[in-house]
Amino acid sequence: MAEFIIETPKGKWEIICGLEIHCQIISKSKIYSGASTEFGADANEHVSFVDAGMPGMLPTLNKYCVHQAVKTGIGLKAKINKYSNFARKNYFYADLPQGYQITQYKYPIVGEGKVIIDLPDGSTREIGIERMHIEQDAGKSIHDIDPKKSFIDLNRAGVGLMEIVTKPDFRAPEEAGAFLKKLRSILRYLGTCDGNMDEGSMRCDVNVSVRPLGSNELRTRCEMKNVNSIKFVMQAIENEARRHVEVYESGGEIVQETRQFNPTTGQTKAMRKKEFAHDYRYFPEPDLAPLVLTDEYINQVKSEIPELPDEKKERFVTKLGLTPYDAIVICENKENADFFEKAAAGHDAKKVANWFMGDFFAMLNEKKIELKDSPVSPENLGALVELVTQNVINGKTAKDVFEIMAETGEAPEKIVEEKGLRQVTDTGAIEAVIDQVLEANADNVAAYRGGKQTLFGWFVGQVMKASKGKANPAMVNELLKKKLG
Amino acid sequence: MAVDADTVRKIAFLSRLKVDDDKIKDTEDEFNKILDWVAQLNEVDTSSVEALESVNDTNLILREDNITAGNQRDEILANAPMSEYGYFVVPKVVE
Amino acid sequence: MSDLVKLTISEARKALKNKEISAVELTEAFIKQMESERKLNAFVLETPEIALEQAKASDKKYQNGTDGALEGIPLGIKDLFCTKGIRTTACSHILDGFVPPYESTVTQKLLDAGVTVLGKLNMDEFAMGGSNETSYYGPVINPWKANNSDANLVAGGSSGGSAAAVAAHMCMAATGTDTGGSIRQPSAFCGVTGIKPTYGRCSRYGIIAFASSLDQAGPIAQNVEDCARLLTVMSGYDAKDSTSSQKDVPDFTQFLNQDIRGLKVGIPAEYRPDGLNAEIAACWDKGIEILKARGAEIVDISLPHTKYALAVYYILAPAEASSNLARYDGLRFGLRVPGEHLDNMYINTRSEGFGKEVKRRIMIGTYVLSAGYYDAYYLKAQKVRRLIRNDFLEAFKKCDVILTPTAPTDAFAIGDKSMTENPINMWLNDVFTVSVNLAGLPGMNIPAALSARGLPLGLQLIGHSFDEATIFKAASALEKDICFVRK
Repeated sequence: MAEFIIETPKGKWEIICGLEIHCQIISKSKIYSGASTEFGADANEHVSFVDAGMPGMLPTLNKYCVHQAVKTGIGLKAKINKYSNFARKNYFYADLPQGYQITQYKYPIVGEGKVIIDLPDGSTREIGIERMHIEQDAGKSIHDIDPKKSFIDLNRAGVGLMEIVTKPDFRAPEEAGAFLKKLRSILRYLGTCDGNMDEGSMRCDVNVSVRPLGSNELRTRCEMKNVNSIKFVMQAIENEARRHVEVYESGGEIVQETRQFNPTTGQTKAMRKKEFAHDYRYFPEPDLAPLVLTDEYINQVKSEIPELPDEKKERFVTKLGLTPYDAIVICENKENADFFEKAAAGHDAKKVANWFMGDFFAMLNEKKIELKDSPVSPENLGALVELVTQNVINGKTAKDVFEIMAETGEAPEKIVEEKGLRQVTDTGAIEAVIDQVLEANADNVAAYRGGKQTLFGWFVGQVMKASKGKANPAMVNELLKKKLG
Repeated sequence: MAVDADTVRKIAFLSRLKVDDDKIKDTEDEFNKILDWVAQLNEVDTSSVEALESVNDTNLILREDNITAGNQRDEILANAPMSEYGYFVVPKVVE
Repeated sequence: MSDLVKLTISEARKALKNKEISAVELTEAFIKQMESERKLNAFVLETPEIALEQAKASDKKYQNGTDGALEGIPLGIKDLFCTKGIRTTACSHILDGFVPPYESTVTQKLLDAGVTVLGKLNMDEFAMGGSNETSYYGPVINPWKANNSDANLVAGGSSGGSAAAVAAHMCMAATGTDTGGSIRQPSAFCGVTGIKPTYGRCSRYGIIAFASSLDQAGPIAQNVEDCARLLTVMSGYDAKDSTSSQKDVPDFTQFLNQDIRGLKVGIPAEYRPDGLNAEIAACWDKGIEILKARGAEIVDISLPHTKYALAVYYILAPAEASSNLARYDGLRFGLRVPGEHLDNMYINTRSEGFGKEVKRRIMIGTYVLSAGYYDAYYLKAQKVRRLIRNDFLEAFKKCDVILTPTAPTDAFAIGDKSMTENPINMWLNDVFTVSVNLAGLPGMNIPAALSARGLPLGLQLIGHSFDEATIFKAASALEKDICFVRK
C-alpha cells in the first residue's frame, strides 16, 4: 500500500477516496440511435431525431454497445448481470435534449469486480469495482462565443458511455493514479474505450473524505466532477483531503457538495449551489424492455477477451524472465507489448527488453514518431540482439548498427556484412594486434609490469581502437592479461 | 404526507413551472386532495408483489451498430426558435 | 350532405374499384363536409390540397390496378401523430408551429396503404383529458345533442376530434390514441366504433408520448369492419419502437361474421358498483342478452382490484408524462418565451406553453417520483398495477372476452362545473377503461344504445393479450343485433 498520511501538529489523518469514471464506448453509432459517434464533425451533423429529443422519438439499444460493456465487465473481473434494465435520470440542461438521461440505476449490466494496481515500489494492490452501467453522453454547450448566449452542439449527445464506480478503496493519490493507468490499459487492450482523458473520452469524478488514522468512521465526502488528467486527479485528491483536515482541525464541518477542480491553481471550490438542484427522479425507462443476457452470450464474449496486461505481465516474468518492473512498463500498452513479443521471439528476451526500453524508445522519442511508424521492425530488433548474443558483433558496434537501422530500416545482418562490422574472434588475429600495441608502447608495458595496474584499461582501449572496434572485448581482455603477465 | 408550500415550490422548480405566490395555497390544497385520493392504494397489501414495469413479455430487441442517421442539420435545426452557425442558441447558461 | 361521406370503407373500396366514383370525387365530398361542419372544431388543421394530391395519385393506382388496401380512403389524423411536413402540435401551445421532419410509423403504414389525409384532428392537450376541453384550440363539440336541447356537449377525450369527425362524416375514419380510455370513451360519447389494441401491437414511433407504458394507437371508424381493416394496416413490429411486438398480425377482417356459439363472455362483478347509472346498466344487460341469444356462454368473473385502477393510473401516467414532457423546453422546437438565463427561459416557456391540466399532471408526476416519495407512490402503484394485470390473467382462464360498459355516463355539457372544479370527477370518466391500459390489453367500444336523453352509450369488449381476433368476433356479432342507428 502506498503510504499517505496527512500529519499535522494536531493529528494524523487518512484519505478515503473512490472514483467514478465515464468511458466513451468505442462503437460506430450512438447507444440509442443510428447517428455516427465520430469526433470532430461540424456542429449538429451527427445528430438523429432521437438525439435531438424530437417529439415521438424512441430509443433503440445498440447491440455492439452491450457487447462492449460485457467485454469491459469481464476485463474488470466483474460479475455480468444477466438481468439489467434502463432508467431515466431526470434533469433539465441545455445539452440534454430529452430532459432526461437514459441510464441504468437499480440493475446495472455489470456488478462487483476488481482491478490490480501496480505501485511505484513494485507492490500491487486490489481496488474493488462496485458496479458498471451503460448510459448516454450529453451534448456540448459552448459558452465563450457570445457574452449573452450559449451555443448547443448535440453531436456528442447519445454517444455510449460506461460508468465505472469503484469502491472507496483508495488511501493515497498515487493509488488513484495507478488505477487510472491500469484501467486505461485494460480498456485499450479490450478495444472498448480509447481512454484519452485529454479528449474527454475518459472522464473522472473524484469522491474524497478523510478520517483520523486508525478510525473506521466514514465522514462526509465531497465530489469533484470531470477532472481530466491523471495528474489532476491526484492533485485534486490531495488538496481536497488537506482542505477537509484543515476544516476539521479548525472545528468546522464538511458539507456534502459538488466542487470544481481548478487545474491552474490545483484547488477545489464549491459550485454555486442551487436549491433543490438534485432530485433526479429515477424511474424505469418505459421505452426499453429489460436487457436479458444468456450464459451462452456471456461465454461467447469471454472467448473473445485478449490476454490482459496483468496476465501478460505475469507471463513475461515467468516465461520470458523479465523483471516485474520491465514487464509492467512494456505491458501497459498493448502495441508495445505486441511489438516486444515479436522482437523477443527466439531471442534473449531480457536483452531485447533492455534494447526495447532503452535505445529503441530513445530513437522513437528523438524522431518524434509512434511505434507503428518505427523504421526498425520487431524482427530486425530481435536479430540485432541475436547478433550480439552470438558474438557476431559487440555491444558498441551494435549501437552503431542500430543507428543505421533507424535511418534505413535495413536488416542488421545486411549492415554488418556490407560494412564489414563482424567482430574478430580469431585468437591469432587479436594476438597480432596486441603484439603491435605492446611493441609500440614499451614504456607503458614496463610501467604496468612495475605495478601500475590501472593501465590495463588503457591497453584494452588501444587494442580495440587498433582493431577498429571489431575485436571481441572479452577475448581482448583475456589475451592481454596473458601477454602482460 | 401532506404537501406544504415549500414542497409546491420545490416541485414547481423541478418541473420548471411557475406557480405564482397567490396560487401556492390552491395548488397545495389540490395536491393534498389528489394525494388523499390516491392514498386508497394503501389498503392493498403489496408486501409480496413485484412491481410491474412493463407489460411486454418479450426480450429487448437490439439494434445492429450501423450508421443510419445524421448529416441532416437543416432538418434538426428547422424548428429551432433560434439557431446560429449550425448551433442551437439559448440564453447564457449560468452554473 | 353528400351520400358519398356516408360510405363505409368497404363500400367506398368497392365503388372505387368498380370506377363508380373516383378518389378525387370522394375526397372532395369530404372536404366539403369538413368545411360545413367546422363549427364542431374537430379539425385543428385542414390539408385539402394534400388530400387532393393524394387522391389523384390514388386514382392512378386504381387505373393501373396497383391500389393499396386503403387506397383513396380519406382519413383524419389525431394531432398526436407526427406527420412529415404537416404541422403537429398535440394541441398544445408549446408546440406552436412545429413541423416534424419525419412521419410516425402508423401514419406511414396508412399512407403506404393509400389513404388520403384530410387534416389534423383536435384532442386534449398532449392527450391529457377526458372531454377534449384541455385543447389549446378549444373544445370539440359533440355532433350529438340531447333531446330538445341546443346545449353543446363534449365529444369526450382525448381523441375527441377523431370521434366527432367520424360521427359527423367529416372523414371516413380517423386515427386515435388511448392511454386511459382516449379512443374508447370519445367513441362511446359520439356513437362510433374504436379499438385500442394490445400494448405493443402498433408502433409508438412518431406518436408524441404521454405515458409511454400505456399509450397505444388505434382506429376510430364507423363500424367494426372498418376498424378491422384499419387495424390490420396500422399494426406490426417496428424496429424503431423497442416495445412494439414481433407477433404476427392477422387480417382482422377474417374474424368478422363468425358463429360465436360457445364463446365465453366474462361479466366482471366489480363493473356494476352500487350507484351505477341505470341506463348504463340496462345497455350492458342488452349487450349480454344479444350475445347470449347468439349462443355465447355468459361467465361471471371477478376483477377485484378494479377500484384501485384509477389511483394507479393517476400516479403512473403523470409520472411518465412529467418525464416525457421535459423535452418541451423552448430550445429545439415549438414555443420559446425568452428569459434572461436558461432556467428563466425554461420556466417562462413551459409556464406559458402548457395548459392547466398538463401542468397539474407534470407536477403530480414530478412529486410522486421525487426523493422520499417514490416508494410510497410510484413503486406502490406499479405493484398494484401487477395485481390488476393478474386479475385479468386469472379472468381469462375462465372466459375468452370480457363485456363491460365503456363510460359511466353519456356525454356531458361543455364546461360542466363538477368536472372543471374537481379534476378527480373528470378522471372518473376513465373508470371502466383505465384497467385495460394498465394490463396492456386490447379494448373496443361498440355503440350500443341511446340514453333517455337521446345520446349514445357504448359497450366495451376487452380481449386477452394479442387476441384482438376474439374482440372482433364478438364485436361483429354484437353490432349486428344491437341495431345502433348512426348519426
